[in-house]
Amino acid sequence: MALDKNDIAKRIAKEVKDGYYVNLGIGIPTLVANYVRTDIFVEFQSENGILGMGPFPFEGEEDADLINAGKQTITTLPGASFFDSAFSFGMIRGQHVDLTILGAMEVSENGDIANWKIPGKMVKGMGGAMDLVASADNIIVAMMHVNKAGESKILKKCTLPLTGVGCVKKVVTELAVLEITPNGFKLLERAPGVSVDHIISSTEAELIIEGEIPEMVID
Amino acid sequence: MINKKVNSVQDALQGIEDNMTIMLGGFGLCGIPENSIAELVKKGTKNLTCISNNAGVDDFGLGLLLQQKQIKKMISSYVGENAEFERQMLSGELDVELIPQGTLAERCRAAQAGIPAFFTPAGYGTEVAIGKEVREFDGKMHIMEHAFKADFSIVKAWKGDEAGNLIFKGTARNFNPCMCGAGKITIAEVEELLPAGSLNPNEIHIPGILIQRIFQGEIFEKRIEQRTTRKRA
Repeated sequence: MALDKNDIAKRIAKEVKDGYYVNLGIGIPTLVANYVRTDIFVEFQSENGILGMGPFPFEGEEDADLINAGKQTITTLPGASFFDSAFSFGMIRGQHVDLTILGAMEVSENGDIANWKIPGKMVKGMGGAMDLVASADNIIVAMMHVNKAGESKILKKCTLPLTGVGCVKKVVTELAVLEITPNGFKLLERAPGVSVDHIISSTEAELIIEGEIPEMVID
Repeated sequence: MINKKVNSVQDALQGIEDNMTIMLGGFGLCGIPENSIAELVKKGTKNLTCISNNAGVDDFGLGLLLQQKQIKKMISSYVGENAEFERQMLSGELDVELIPQGTLAERCRAAQAGIPAFFTPAGYGTEVAIGKEVREFDGKMHIMEHAFKADFSIVKAWKGDEAGNLIFKGTARNFNPCMCGAGKITIAEVEELLPAGSLNPNEIHIPGILIQRIFQGEIFEKRIEQRTTRKRA
């Protein structure tokens, strides 16, 4: 069965290691924070200028001066710090952030990503996405494998305006975990109960498939 | 002490005229100079080019200037929360330049620090790179970006003193420090304006040298864009 958004977040949470500084994008990536193991130490960075981001505040304790990059009210955890936007992107460009998790509309087999613009339809801006994908060493994309019409978003070549080129390392979708290798997408894991054939037929790009493909471990 | 204090928002905004380029601090509605924006609406200054990460919402922040059609061009990284903005952009009334957020911040900082241009990997291989010089450093491709040129910077801080020193609070800091001294004249509006000597020099985020005019804002609504909470266990 295809995963829901929370399951995708749970699977990605397993990639978060002890001691990591992590930047989470808007959407499914934000959910990842809910599923990181509680026996490891991780700090979440939000590009508007905070490290050590905590959960949403209790009702009545919202602070207008304390938000994340999605403009949601948040809290701080012990050890948190604030800084300005130039400094924030300095730590991103300088590769001090260990892992970036973000959403995408399309990803291609050479690691290109498109997630900021649909010409004629949606022009909201790239925010910090272009800086993040151009700079981060370790980028995981959380996305839906197919759109509502059932068309693949895992492509040979992106059709939408690009956010970055050759930068994505790993993709987790409702159907599969894919790694981007110099030779293209490699199928690493499949969603529980989803067949390799189903993944192949849902993917426009070629898939490298070696041996038995294990099921994702979600919980 | 060189005194930067002015007595009113009207005095602070003296000299802002039609067709000027203005930088405004803030991220979403967090840390925006809301008293100055309200006064710009009253003044009716037109054909402004505004450099700000976002464009406010329909009825707050820079959205207020958009409603009055005072903005000719917006330079931002993300403008998704504003229907009037989208209408003006799609109809061609408003010119919009979207640039990566880190590049926006660094172009402010470069202007502040006297760096005319710099190279960044952000936007390489995308439409942002069109027409820009490309260079390879250590095997990685970068594009050249220029420092902003602005007539005024308008920033918001939590506390300030008469010498123009500033302290910011929480994530209301965001673009504000980067914009200080990036425009020809920097105006700071603060929640609390104190006599010089009241702030601990160790705790000052931006020294007064970058600020020409400082005033205490009358009202800070500090509207929250996305109020998210959790239930008590």
